[in-house]
Amino acid sequence: MSTFSPLKEREKQIYMKGEAPFDMTCDTKSAAGSVSQRACVFCGSRVVLYPVADALHLVHGPIGCAAYTWDIRGSLSSGPELHRKSFSTDLREKQVIFGGETRLYRSLTELIDRYEPKAAFVYATCIVGIIGDDVSAVCKKVAAEKGIPVIPVHSEGFKGTKKDGYKAACDALGTLIGTGDTSAIGKISINILGEFNIGGESWIIENYYKKMGVDVVSVMTGDSRVDKIRKAHGASLNVVQCSGSMTYLAKMMEEKYGIPYIRVSYFGIEDTARALYDVAAHFSDRPDIMEKTKALVHDEVSVIHPEIKKYRAYLTGKRAAIYVGGAFKAFSLIKALKSLGMTTILAGSQTGSKEDYEILKDMCDDGTVIVDDANPLELSKYIVDKKADLFIGGVKERPVAYKMGVGFCDHNHERKIPLAGFEGMVHFAREVYGTVKSPVWGLLKNER
Amino acid sequence: MKTSTMIKETDAKEATTNACKLCTPLGASLAFKGVKGAISLMHGSQGCSTYIRRYLISHYKEPIDIASSNFSEDTAIFGGGANLTQSVKNVIRQYEPELLGISTTCLSETIGDDVPMILKRVRMEDTERKFPPIVHVSTPSYTGTHADGYVAAVKSLVDSLAVARETDAENAPVNVFPGMYSPADLRYLKDILSDFGLNYRMLPDYSETLDGGPWTTYKKIPEGGISVEDIASMGSARASLEFGHVTRFGETAATLLSTRFGIPAYALPMPAGVKATDRLFDILSEFSGKPVPEKYRKERERLLDSYVDGHKYTFGARAVIYGEEDLVAGMFAFLTEIGVIPVLCASGGTSGRLAETIESLTPEGFDDEVTVMQAADFGEIEQAAMDIKVDLFVGNSKGYSVSRKLGVPLVRVGFPIHDRVGGPRLHHIGYRGCQELFDRIANAILERRQEESGVGYSYL
Repeated sequence: MSTFSPLKEREKQIYMKGEAPFDMTCDTKSAAGSVSQRACVFCGSRVVLYPVADALHLVHGPIGCAAYTWDIRGSLSSGPELHRKSFSTDLREKQVIFGGETRLYRSLTELIDRYEPKAAFVYATCIVGIIGDDVSAVCKKVAAEKGIPVIPVHSEGFKGTKKDGYKAACDALGTLIGTGDTSAIGKISINILGEFNIGGESWIIENYYKKMGVDVVSVMTGDSRVDKIRKAHGASLNVVQCSGSMTYLAKMMEEKYGIPYIRVSYFGIEDTARALYDVAAHFSDRPDIMEKTKALVHDEVSVIHPEIKKYRAYLTGKRAAIYVGGAFKAFSLIKALKSLGMTTILAGSQTGSKEDYEILKDMCDDGTVIVDDANPLELSKYIVDKKADLFIGGVKERPVAYKMGVGFCDHNHERKIPLAGFEGMVHFAREVYGTVKSPVWGLLKNER
Repeated sequence: MKTSTMIKETDAKEATTNACKLCTPLGASLAFKGVKGAISLMHGSQGCSTYIRRYLISHYKEPIDIASSNFSEDTAIFGGGANLTQSVKNVIRQYEPELLGISTTCLSETIGDDVPMILKRVRMEDTERKFPPIVHVSTPSYTGTHADGYVAAVKSLVDSLAVARETDAENAPVNVFPGMYSPADLRYLKDILSDFGLNYRMLPDYSETLDGGPWTTYKKIPEGGISVEDIASMGSARASLEFGHVTRFGETAATLLSTRFGIPAYALPMPAGVKATDRLFDILSEFSGKPVPEKYRKERERLLDSYVDGHKYTFGARAVIYGEEDLVAGMFAFLTEIGVIPVLCASGGTSGRLAETIESLTPEGFDDEVTVMQAADFGEIEQAAMDIKVDLFVGNSKGYSVSRKLGVPLVRVGFPIHDRVGGPRLHHIGYRGCQELFDRIANAILERRQEESGVGYSYL
C-alpha cells in the first residue's frame, strides 16, 4: 500500500467536504520539489493567444518552449493557419552571452517578410529577462519598419504563475483592442471571451448567437483574426467563458470602454442554456431575442435528449474525479455530470481562487475532496480511495487514471472533439459512456 | 557517391520554424527514467518539467513524474540555492527515491547556480537525513539537443556512481550504453545479451519503467531500471559497448570508464540494418565465446528472405529521413540496404558530424544524390523535400504535417510518436527491428500503389 501523505506545504490546499472548517489556501506558487500539474507564465500566455490564426507567434528563447507548444492544441481556424507553426529564436550560447536582440530583430523581419502576418506576438521566455534583452524596444522598431503591430508578451516563465501569463496575454490583446473601425457594429453585439475553438467550439457557440439575432464582433481568441480583435471595443457586451484567463481583459475593457461583462460557461445543457438566456436578458429591450433563445434551447435540447437519456441510464451512480486548469470549468462539469446521473468525488484545479473553491465546496456532497494545484501522487490516492469510475483532466492526468484502471475524458486544450454547447454535451456524454463502459476494465480485475 | 551535402551552420539562419529537436533536459529526464527507483528533478521554472512531462507522457503513455524546483522572481534574482535545497528535501520525502537525478535548465544555468556546491551544502547542513545518491547533469537548453542531454546524463551517472572493484575477469560484466531506443528495443537488446549468456549492465534501462502493465496500487516510482549498485559495478566491467557514435563524441560514458578504469570502449553505430546488426552479434559472440544463438540466426535468415521477397517494392523509393542524428544515420544504413534512396537526411542535431557519418556509411555502388541537413528544422525540411521528388517519409510524428502536404506516406519511427498508439512498442534495432521496419516500409509503398491504382487489385 502507498505510504503517501501530502507535503506539509500542501496540507492547506486539500480539503475534504464535511470534515474540517473550510480554510483553503490557493493562489500560491507550487511547492518546490513537488510534481505540480501546472505550467508557467509562458504557458498561460501561449494558451490564450495561440488561436489568433493570422498572427505570427514568435517564442524568444531557447528551443524548448516553442517545441513543446507546437501544434498541440485542437484550436481550429476557418482560414489562415499561421498559428499552427512554431517559431523560435532558438537562442544559443552565443546569444546568452552577448544578448539576443539582434537575433530577435532578424528573426522577426525574416518571418514577417515571409508570412505577412497581420500582427506579431513576441513571447519573452525565462532567460530573456536575465540576459537583459529589451524585447519591447525591438518590437517597437520592427513595428515601425513593417507597419504591423508587433506586441511583446512579457511571459518569462518564472515571473509568477500561469495566471500571470493570462494577464500578460490580455495586456497584449489590450494593445490591439481599440485600434479598429467600429462604425459598422450595431447595438446587439457581443464579444466572446475565453473561448478557444477547440474542435470548432466557437463555431457552435457563434451559431447559437446568430440564431438568436446577436452579432459576434470578436471571439478571443478562438478562430480569431487580428482585425476582429481591433474592433472588439465596438461590442455592447463581453461574454466571458474560462473566467480565469479572460476576466482580467473584460474588466480592462469595462474600465476603458464601458463595456459590461457577464461570466458564462458553455459546458453542459444547464450552463449553455443559462449562458444564452443571460445574453438574451442583457438585451432586454429586444424581447424577440429572448423568444428566439427559448425556441433555440428547446429545439437543441430535444435533438440531443434521446441520446443523452441512453447514456444516463448506464452512467447513473458512477463516480467522477475532475482536475482541470480553471475552477470555473469544474463548476460546469459537476453540473454536466449530475445531468448524466454521476457524482463528483474529487474536484480540483491548477489555478482556482478562494471564491472558486467556496463555490466548489457548496456544489459538492460530503466526502468530496477539493484540491488546489494537485500532483500525481495526490490525484492517484484520491481516485483510488474514492473509487472513481471516471477522471476528467488533461494529458498529464490521463496515465494516472489509466494505470489505476479508471476511465478518462480529456477536457483540455489538446483534445480535438468539441465539448461545448448542446452538441458538445452529446460528445461529452458519448466520451464518458465510452470510457466508463469499455470492457477493458473488467479484464484488469482478473489478475493472474 | 554524389553527396551534395548542404551543411548548415548553427547560427546561419535566424528563426527556427517547427523545430526538429527538443531541449537538452528532456533527454536527461529520459535517461534518469532508466535507473531503478530514480526520480528526476529539474532545476528551473515549473513549465520546463510540465511541458517535458506532457511531451514524454504523450509518447510513452505512462505516468512520468518530474519534480521542479519551481523558480520564482526572487529565485532568479537571488539564486536558486534555497529552492533547490527545499525541492531536494521535498522530493526525497515524497518519493523516497533510490537515486535523485537533477538536470538544470536554461534559467538556472544562465543565472549561474553552482549546483554541485548547493548539493554539497544540502548534505552538510542536514546530517540527520539519509540522502540517496544525487546525480547532477548540466543541461542548458541553449546548447545541443535532447539527444545530447541523454548522452550527458548517462555520462554523469557513470561519472558519479561507477567505482573500481575487484572482480574475476571471467564474470566481469559487459557495459551496454544504448541510444535513445524504444522500451521494446531495450527489452530485445536485453534478450540478446542474455541469450549469449553475458553478464551485462545496461544504462539506461527504461524497458519496464516506460512500458509497463496496469497497477493495483499507485507506484510513486514504477518498477524496473538498472540499480545504483549495478551502475557502481560498471567501473569493474570487462568492456563497454556504446551505441550511436554521432552524438556520442569526445568524452562519453564509455571513454570515461576507459580513461578512469582502463575498461576497453567499443563505439558502435545504431544496430539498424543487417550489416550493423551483424557487427553487434560478432562482438557479442567474441565477448561470450559463443556462436550466435540459433534463434537469431533464424531471425536473420527470415529477414534476408523477406528482403528478397520485397526488394522490388522498396527499390528506388526516395525517402526523407529525419530525427536524432544517430537515428538518421542508422536509418540511412538500413534503407540503403533495401534499395531505398535516402534523398534527404535531416536532423536538428548540431554535432557537425552527420554528413561525414553518412558518407562513411554509404555502401559501394550507391550512386544517388543525398542531401544532408544539420541543425535543420521542419521548415527547411519541407522546403528541401518540395524541391526533390520524394516517395516516403521515415521519422517521428512531427514530420506528419510535411508528409501530408507532400502527399507521401510517413513510416513512424523513433520519438515522439504522438499520433499513433504503440510508439514504445516499435522495434528499430537488431534483426527484429529491421524486419518490422522492412515490412512496414514495403507495405506503406504497396498501400500507396494500391490506393493510386484505378483498378484496385486485392492481389498484388
